[in-house]
Amino acid sequence: MSSNTTTRNTKVMNRFDVTSRLIAKLKHEEAVIGGIGNTNFDLWAAGHRPQNFYMLGSMGLAFPIALGVALAQPDRRVFALEGDGSLLMQLGALSTIATLKPKNLTMIVMDNGIYQITGAQPTPAAHVADIVAIATGSGLSNSAWAADEEDFERLVDAAMSAPGPSLIAVRIDDKPGVGTTRRDPVQIRERFMHGLGVREPL
Amino acid sequence: MATAEQQTSPQATRGSSEKSWHGIILQTLKRNEISLIPYVPDRVLTPLITNLHADAYFTTFATAREEEAVGIVSGAWMGGRRGALLMQTSGFATLANVLASLAVPYQIPLIMFVSERGTLGEFNYGQSLVCRTMRPVLDSLAMEHHTITRLDELEFIADRSIKQAITTQAPVALILNPLLTGGKTFDK
Repeated sequence: MSSNTTTRNTKVMNRFDVTSRLIAKLKHEEAVIGGIGNTNFDLWAAGHRPQNFYMLGSMGLAFPIALGVALAQPDRRVFALEGDGSLLMQLGALSTIATLKPKNLTMIVMDNGIYQITGAQPTPAAHVADIVAIATGSGLSNSAWAADEEDFERLVDAAMSAPGPSLIAVRIDDKPGVGTTRRDPVQIRERFMHGLGVREPL
Repeated sequence: MATAEQQTSPQATRGSSEKSWHGIILQTLKRNEISLIPYVPDRVLTPLITNLHADAYFTTFATAREEEAVGIVSGAWMGGRRGALLMQTSGFATLANVLASLAVPYQIPLIMFVSERGTLGEFNYGQSLVCRTMRPVLDSLAMEHHTITRLDELEFIADRSIKQAITTQAPVALILNPLLTGGKTFDK
Protein backbone atom coordinates (compact mmCIF):
# COMPACT_ATOMS: atom_id res chain seq x y z
CA MET A 1 0.00 0.00 0.00
CA SER A 2 2.93 2.34 0.54
CA SER A 3 3.39 2.63 -3.21
CA ASN A 4 0.18 4.59 -3.35
CA THR A 5 1.18 7.39 -1.01
CA THR A 6 1.04 10.02 -3.76
CA THR A 7 -2.58 9.23 -4.31
CA ARG A 8 -3.42 9.05 -0.65
CA ASN A 9 -1.92 12.44 0.09
CA THR A 10 -4.32 14.06 -2.31
CA LYS A 11 -7.61 15.45 -1.15
CA VAL A 12 -10.73 13.63 -2.25
CA MET A 13 -12.60 16.18 -4.34
CA ASN A 14 -15.92 16.20 -6.18
CA ARG A 15 -16.30 15.71 -9.91
CA PHE A 16 -18.97 18.35 -10.45
CA ASP A 17 -17.08 20.90 -8.40
CA VAL A 18 -13.78 20.25 -10.19
CA THR A 19 -15.50 20.29 -13.61
CA SER A 20 -17.18 23.60 -12.77
CA ARG A 21 -13.83 25.06 -11.73
CA LEU A 22 -12.35 24.05 -15.09
CA ILE A 23 -15.25 25.47 -17.10
CA ALA A 24 -15.04 28.77 -15.21
CA LYS A 25 -11.47 29.14 -16.45
CA LEU A 26 -12.28 28.71 -20.14
CA LYS A 27 -12.39 32.09 -21.88
CA HIS A 28 -11.17 31.25 -25.37
CA GLU A 29 -13.72 28.77 -26.72
CA GLU A 30 -11.60 25.83 -25.63
CA ALA A 31 -12.96 22.44 -26.67
CA VAL A 32 -13.94 20.00 -23.93
CA ILE A 33 -14.57 16.30 -24.53
CA GLY A 34 -16.58 14.57 -21.79
CA GLY A 35 -16.07 10.84 -21.36
CA ILE A 36 -18.90 8.32 -21.01
CA GLY A 37 -21.28 8.46 -18.05
CA ASN A 38 -20.88 10.64 -14.98
CA THR A 39 -17.92 12.47 -16.49
CA ASN A 40 -19.99 14.03 -19.27
CA PHE A 41 -23.09 14.27 -17.05
CA ASP A 42 -21.17 16.67 -14.83
CA LEU A 43 -19.77 18.50 -17.85
CA TRP A 44 -23.37 18.96 -19.02
CA ALA A 45 -24.47 20.03 -15.53
CA ALA A 46 -21.66 22.59 -15.34
CA GLY A 47 -23.46 24.47 -18.12
CA HIS A 48 -23.65 23.59 -21.80
CA ARG A 49 -21.13 25.29 -24.06
CA PRO A 50 -21.06 24.97 -27.85
CA GLN A 51 -17.50 23.68 -27.57
CA ASN A 52 -18.49 20.70 -25.39
CA PHE A 53 -18.71 17.19 -26.80
CA TYR A 54 -20.55 14.51 -24.84
CA MET A 55 -19.88 10.80 -25.34
CA LEU A 56 -22.85 8.43 -25.16
CA GLY A 57 -20.81 5.25 -25.57
CA SER A 58 -17.40 4.21 -26.88
CA MET A 59 -16.01 3.96 -23.36
CA GLY A 60 -12.37 4.96 -23.16
CA LEU A 61 -12.24 7.19 -26.21
CA ALA A 62 -12.36 10.66 -24.63
CA PHE A 63 -8.60 11.13 -25.00
CA PRO A 64 -8.42 9.79 -28.58
CA ILE A 65 -11.35 11.98 -29.66
CA ALA A 66 -9.71 14.98 -27.98
CA LEU A 67 -6.43 14.12 -29.72
CA GLY A 68 -8.23 14.19 -33.06
CA VAL A 69 -9.71 17.61 -32.31
CA ALA A 70 -6.31 18.86 -31.14
CA LEU A 71 -4.63 17.67 -34.35
CA ALA A 72 -7.36 19.25 -36.47
CA GLN A 73 -7.24 22.61 -34.69
CA PRO A 74 -3.73 23.15 -33.32
CA ASP A 75 -4.53 26.74 -32.34
CA ARG A 76 -7.43 25.77 -30.10
CA ARG A 77 -6.83 24.37 -26.63
CA VAL A 78 -8.54 21.04 -26.06
CA PHE A 79 -9.46 19.46 -22.73
CA ALA A 80 -10.57 15.88 -22.21
CA LEU A 81 -12.33 14.63 -19.10
CA GLU A 82 -12.15 10.90 -18.49
CA GLY A 83 -12.94 8.50 -15.67
CA ASP A 84 -10.34 6.12 -14.29
CA GLY A 85 -12.36 3.08 -15.37
CA SER A 86 -12.64 4.45 -18.88
CA LEU A 87 -8.95 5.26 -19.09
CA LEU A 88 -8.10 1.70 -18.06
CA MET A 89 -9.86 0.52 -21.22
CA GLN A 90 -7.54 2.51 -23.48
CA LEU A 91 -4.17 2.96 -21.76
CA GLY A 92 -2.39 2.65 -25.10
CA ALA A 93 -3.81 6.04 -26.08
CA LEU A 94 -1.49 7.67 -23.56
CA SER A 95 1.56 6.53 -25.51
CA THR A 96 0.04 7.63 -28.81
CA ILE A 97 -0.47 11.12 -27.36
CA ALA A 98 3.02 11.13 -25.86
CA THR A 99 4.44 10.29 -29.28
CA LEU A 100 2.47 12.95 -31.16
CA LYS A 101 3.05 15.58 -28.43
CA PRO A 102 0.13 17.90 -29.23
CA LYS A 103 0.88 21.23 -27.57
CA ASN A 104 -2.80 22.04 -27.08
CA LEU A 105 -4.13 18.95 -25.29
CA THR A 106 -4.86 18.64 -21.57
CA MET A 107 -6.17 15.38 -20.14
CA ILE A 108 -8.03 15.26 -16.83
CA VAL A 109 -8.68 11.95 -15.10
CA MET A 110 -11.45 11.74 -12.52
CA ASP A 111 -10.31 8.89 -10.29
CA ASN A 112 -12.75 7.43 -7.77
CA GLY A 113 -11.44 3.86 -8.07
CA ILE A 114 -14.92 2.58 -8.88
CA TYR A 115 -17.36 2.03 -11.69
CA GLN A 116 -19.78 4.35 -9.94
CA ILE A 117 -22.52 4.22 -12.53
CA THR A 118 -22.78 0.43 -12.63
CA GLY A 119 -22.98 -0.06 -8.87
CA ALA A 120 -19.71 1.25 -7.48
CA GLN A 121 -17.67 -1.89 -8.09
CA PRO A 122 -13.94 -1.24 -7.58
CA THR A 123 -11.81 -1.04 -10.72
CA PRO A 124 -8.99 -3.59 -11.04
CA ALA A 125 -6.57 -0.70 -10.55
CA ALA A 126 -8.22 0.77 -7.47
CA HIS A 127 -5.85 -0.53 -4.80
CA VAL A 128 -2.72 -1.25 -6.77
CA ALA A 129 -2.11 1.20 -9.60
CA ASP A 130 -1.31 4.90 -9.82
CA ILE A 131 -2.77 6.77 -12.80
CA VAL A 132 -0.05 9.42 -12.81
CA ALA A 133 2.69 6.79 -12.67
CA ILE A 134 1.02 5.00 -15.59
CA ALA A 135 0.81 8.25 -17.56
CA THR A 136 4.42 9.15 -16.81
CA GLY A 137 5.53 5.66 -17.74
CA SER A 138 3.58 6.01 -21.00
CA GLY A 139 5.71 9.00 -21.92
CA LEU A 140 3.53 11.84 -20.62
CA SER A 141 6.11 13.45 -18.40
CA ASN A 142 3.90 16.42 -17.61
CA SER A 143 1.48 14.44 -15.43
CA ALA A 144 0.52 15.22 -11.85
CA TRP A 145 -1.97 14.56 -9.09
CA ALA A 146 -3.98 17.58 -8.00
CA ALA A 147 -3.48 17.89 -4.25
CA ASP A 148 -6.66 19.91 -3.72
CA GLU A 149 -8.96 22.27 -5.62
CA GLU A 150 -6.51 25.15 -5.61
CA ASP A 151 -3.77 22.90 -6.86
CA PHE A 152 -6.11 21.64 -9.60
CA GLU A 153 -6.69 25.21 -10.76
CA ARG A 154 -2.95 25.88 -10.67
CA LEU A 155 -2.29 22.78 -12.76
CA VAL A 156 -4.94 23.83 -15.29
CA ASP A 157 -3.30 27.25 -15.57
CA ALA A 158 0.08 25.60 -16.05
CA ALA A 159 -1.33 23.26 -18.70
CA MET A 160 -2.68 26.24 -20.66
CA SER A 161 0.85 27.43 -21.34
CA ALA A 162 2.68 24.11 -21.32
CA PRO A 163 4.82 23.28 -24.37
CA GLY A 164 3.34 19.79 -24.64
CA PRO A 165 0.41 17.64 -23.51
CA SER A 166 -0.49 17.61 -19.82
CA LEU A 167 -2.36 15.13 -17.66
CA ILE A 168 -4.00 16.06 -14.36
CA ALA A 169 -5.36 13.33 -12.12
CA VAL A 170 -7.97 14.16 -9.51
CA ARG A 171 -9.11 11.93 -6.66
CA ILE A 172 -12.86 12.25 -6.50
CA ASP A 173 -15.61 10.95 -4.23
CA ASP A 174 -18.20 8.30 -5.07
CA LYS A 175 -21.02 10.73 -5.94
CA PRO A 176 -22.96 10.27 -9.18
CA GLY A 177 -23.15 12.99 -11.79
CA VAL A 178 -25.32 16.02 -11.00
CA GLY A 179 -27.19 16.17 -14.32
CA THR A 180 -28.00 13.93 -17.26
CA THR A 181 -26.85 14.78 -20.77
CA ARG A 182 -29.58 14.95 -23.39
CA ARG A 183 -28.92 11.87 -25.46
CA ASP A 184 -29.14 13.24 -28.96
CA PRO A 185 -25.91 12.25 -30.70
CA VAL A 186 -26.51 14.06 -33.98
CA GLN A 187 -27.31 17.35 -32.24
CA ILE A 188 -24.35 16.92 -29.92
CA ARG A 189 -22.00 16.41 -32.89
CA GLU A 190 -23.51 19.12 -35.04
CA ARG A 191 -23.53 21.76 -32.30
CA PHE A 192 -19.96 20.86 -31.38
CA MET A 193 -18.92 21.45 -35.00
CA HIS A 194 -20.66 24.82 -34.90
CA GLY A 195 -18.87 25.59 -31.65
CA LEU A 196 -15.53 24.77 -33.27
CA GLY A 197 -16.29 27.00 -36.24
CA VAL A 198 -16.24 24.09 -38.68
CA ARG A 199 -19.83 24.65 -39.82
CA GLU A 200 -22.58 27.22 -39.76
CA PRO A 201 -26.08 26.24 -38.62
CA LEU A 202 -28.60 25.62 -41.40
CA MET B 1 -7.33 5.50 -64.09
CA ALA B 2 -5.65 2.16 -64.44
CA THR B 3 -4.74 1.05 -67.92
CA ALA B 4 -5.95 -2.17 -69.46
CA GLU B 5 -2.68 -4.05 -69.22
CA GLN B 6 -2.58 -3.45 -65.50
CA GLN B 7 -5.89 -5.07 -64.77
CA THR B 8 -4.38 -8.47 -64.15
CA SER B 9 -4.70 -9.43 -60.52
CA PRO B 10 -3.16 -9.86 -58.11
CA GLN B 11 -1.20 -6.63 -58.14
CA ALA B 12 0.92 -7.18 -55.11
CA THR B 13 3.50 -4.88 -53.63
CA ARG B 14 5.49 -3.93 -56.70
CA GLY B 15 7.25 -0.64 -56.26
CA SER B 16 5.51 2.58 -55.32
CA SER B 17 4.08 3.42 -58.74
CA GLU B 18 0.93 5.49 -58.77
CA LYS B 19 -0.61 2.60 -60.68
CA SER B 20 -0.01 0.12 -57.89
CA TRP B 21 -2.94 -0.46 -55.53
CA HIS B 22 -1.19 1.45 -52.75
CA GLY B 23 -0.18 4.26 -55.08
CA ILE B 24 -3.79 4.66 -56.20
CA ILE B 25 -5.04 4.70 -52.59
CA LEU B 26 -2.44 7.30 -51.58
CA GLN B 27 -3.35 9.58 -54.47
CA THR B 28 -7.07 9.11 -53.86
CA LEU B 29 -6.65 10.07 -50.20
CA LYS B 30 -4.69 13.16 -51.17
CA ARG B 31 -7.16 14.22 -53.84
CA ASN B 32 -9.94 14.02 -51.26
CA GLU B 33 -7.92 16.03 -48.73
CA ILE B 34 -7.65 13.17 -46.28
CA SER B 35 -4.45 13.87 -44.40
CA LEU B 36 -4.69 12.18 -40.99
CA ILE B 37 -3.90 8.47 -41.16
CA PRO B 38 -3.78 6.47 -37.93
CA TYR B 39 -3.26 2.75 -38.41
CA VAL B 40 -2.62 -0.56 -36.73
CA PRO B 41 -0.07 -2.18 -39.02
CA ASP B 42 -0.55 -5.11 -41.32
CA ARG B 43 2.00 -6.87 -43.49
CA VAL B 44 0.02 -6.36 -46.69
CA LEU B 45 -0.48 -2.65 -45.97
CA THR B 46 3.25 -2.07 -45.41
CA PRO B 47 4.02 -0.38 -48.79
CA LEU B 48 1.06 1.97 -48.33
CA ILE B 49 2.06 2.77 -44.75
CA THR B 50 5.69 3.32 -45.78
CA ASN B 51 4.73 5.69 -48.58
CA LEU B 52 2.26 7.59 -46.38
CA HIS B 53 5.01 8.11 -43.80
CA ALA B 54 7.33 9.35 -46.53
CA ASP B 55 4.82 11.93 -47.78
CA ALA B 56 4.75 15.10 -45.67
CA TYR B 57 1.16 15.81 -46.76
CA PHE B 58 0.02 13.04 -44.41
CA THR B 59 0.16 12.77 -40.64
CA THR B 60 0.63 9.01 -40.37
CA PHE B 61 1.04 7.20 -37.07
CA ALA B 62 0.37 3.91 -35.32
CA THR B 63 -2.21 3.53 -32.58
CA ALA B 64 -2.33 0.81 -29.96
CA ARG B 65 -5.84 -0.29 -30.89
CA GLU B 66 -8.14 0.24 -33.85
CA GLU B 67 -10.91 1.82 -31.77
CA GLU B 68 -8.43 4.42 -30.58
CA ALA B 69 -7.90 5.34 -34.24
CA VAL B 70 -11.68 5.58 -34.72
CA GLY B 71 -11.81 8.09 -31.86
CA ILE B 72 -8.96 10.12 -33.34
CA VAL B 73 -10.45 10.25 -36.84
CA SER B 74 -13.88 11.12 -35.40
CA GLY B 75 -12.47 13.96 -33.32
CA ALA B 76 -10.47 15.26 -36.26
CA TRP B 77 -13.56 15.23 -38.49
CA MET B 78 -15.50 17.28 -35.96
CA GLY B 79 -12.55 19.67 -35.85
CA GLY B 80 -12.58 20.05 -39.62
CA ARG B 81 -9.79 17.71 -40.66
CA ARG B 82 -10.34 14.58 -42.70
CA GLY B 83 -8.79 11.26 -41.78
CA ALA B 84 -8.93 7.57 -42.60
CA LEU B 85 -7.77 4.53 -40.72
CA LEU B 86 -5.94 1.47 -41.92
CA MET B 87 -6.19 -1.93 -40.31
CA GLN B 88 -6.42 -5.67 -40.78
CA THR B 89 -9.54 -7.87 -40.62
CA SER B 90 -8.87 -8.91 -37.04
CA GLY B 91 -8.64 -5.24 -36.07
CA PHE B 92 -11.98 -4.51 -37.61
CA ALA B 93 -13.42 -7.28 -35.44
CA THR B 94 -12.67 -5.14 -32.35
CA LEU B 95 -14.80 -2.21 -33.60
CA ALA B 96 -18.46 -3.22 -33.25
CA ASN B 97 -18.95 -1.18 -30.06
CA VAL B 98 -17.37 2.02 -31.31
CA LEU B 99 -19.08 1.84 -34.70
CA ALA B 100 -22.47 1.35 -33.04
CA SER B 101 -21.97 3.97 -30.32
CA LEU B 102 -19.89 6.67 -32.04
CA ALA B 103 -19.46 6.59 -35.82
CA VAL B 104 -22.99 5.56 -36.82
CA PRO B 105 -25.21 7.40 -34.29
CA TYR B 106 -23.19 10.63 -34.40
CA GLN B 107 -23.18 10.47 -38.22
CA ILE B 108 -19.43 10.62 -38.66
CA PRO B 109 -17.99 9.81 -42.11
CA LEU B 110 -15.44 7.35 -40.81
CA ILE B 111 -13.35 6.06 -43.70
CA MET B 112 -11.79 2.66 -43.10
CA PHE B 113 -9.45 0.60 -45.23
CA VAL B 114 -9.36 -3.04 -44.17
CA SER B 115 -6.71 -5.39 -45.46
CA GLU B 116 -8.60 -8.63 -45.78
CA ARG B 117 -7.09 -11.70 -44.20
CA GLY B 118 -8.82 -14.99 -43.63
CA THR B 119 -9.68 -15.90 -47.18
CA LEU B 120 -8.06 -16.95 -50.48
CA GLY B 121 -5.14 -18.81 -49.02
CA GLU B 122 -5.35 -18.10 -45.30
CA PHE B 123 -3.13 -20.38 -43.24
CA ASN B 124 -4.31 -19.39 -39.74
CA TYR B 125 -7.70 -20.86 -38.81
CA GLY B 126 -8.40 -18.06 -36.33
CA GLN B 127 -7.92 -15.47 -39.06
CA SER B 128 -10.37 -17.23 -41.34
CA LEU B 129 -12.97 -17.30 -38.58
CA VAL B 130 -12.56 -13.67 -37.59
CA CYS B 131 -12.88 -12.68 -41.25
CA ARG B 132 -16.37 -14.19 -41.32
CA THR B 133 -17.54 -11.80 -38.60
CA MET B 134 -16.68 -8.67 -40.61
CA ARG B 135 -19.46 -8.41 -43.18
CA PRO B 136 -22.24 -9.48 -40.79
CA VAL B 137 -21.18 -6.67 -38.42
CA LEU B 138 -21.15 -4.14 -41.27
CA ASP B 139 -24.52 -5.39 -42.54
CA SER B 140 -26.08 -5.39 -39.07
CA LEU B 141 -25.39 -1.64 -38.84
CA ALA B 142 -26.43 -1.08 -42.47
CA MET B 143 -22.98 0.33 -43.13
CA GLU B 144 -21.73 0.92 -46.65
CA HIS B 145 -18.91 -1.45 -47.56
CA HIS B 146 -17.18 -2.62 -50.69
CA THR B 147 -14.78 -5.46 -51.31
CA ILE B 148 -12.20 -4.35 -53.86
CA THR B 149 -10.71 -7.16 -55.95
CA ARG B 150 -9.57 -5.40 -59.16
CA LEU B 151 -6.96 -2.73 -59.70
CA ASP B 152 -8.99 -1.12 -62.50
CA GLU B 153 -11.94 -0.63 -60.13
CA LEU B 154 -9.98 0.58 -57.13
CA GLU B 155 -9.82 4.28 -57.87
CA PHE B 156 -13.49 4.49 -58.84
CA ILE B 157 -14.70 2.62 -55.76
CA ALA B 158 -12.39 4.38 -53.32
CA ASP B 159 -12.93 7.89 -54.69
CA ARG B 160 -16.71 7.56 -54.97
CA SER B 161 -17.02 5.88 -51.57
CA ILE B 162 -14.99 8.58 -49.83
CA LYS B 163 -17.11 11.30 -51.42
CA GLN B 164 -20.31 9.46 -50.53
CA ALA B 165 -19.21 8.98 -46.91
CA ILE B 166 -18.51 12.70 -46.55
CA THR B 167 -21.64 13.96 -48.28
CA THR B 168 -23.98 11.49 -46.56
CA GLN B 169 -22.15 11.70 -43.22
CA ALA B 170 -21.97 7.93 -42.95
CA PRO B 171 -19.05 5.59 -42.33
CA VAL B 172 -17.66 3.33 -45.03
CA ALA B 173 -15.42 0.26 -45.04
CA LEU B 174 -13.26 -0.47 -48.07
CA ILE B 175 -12.09 -4.05 -47.89
CA LEU B 176 -8.87 -4.73 -49.79
CA ASN B 177 -9.16 -8.32 -51.01
CA PRO B 178 -6.11 -10.55 -51.70
CA LEU B 179 -7.06 -10.46 -55.40
CA LEU B 180 -6.10 -6.77 -55.28
CA THR B 181 -3.16 -6.79 -52.91
CA GLY B 182 -1.76 -10.30 -53.26
CA GLY B 183 -2.64 -10.94 -49.62
CA LYS B 184 -0.47 -12.77 -47.18
CA THR B 185 0.57 -16.31 -47.99
CA PHE B 186 2.18 -19.12 -46.04
CA ASP B 187 5.81 -18.72 -47.06
CA LYS B 188 7.71 -19.00 -43.78
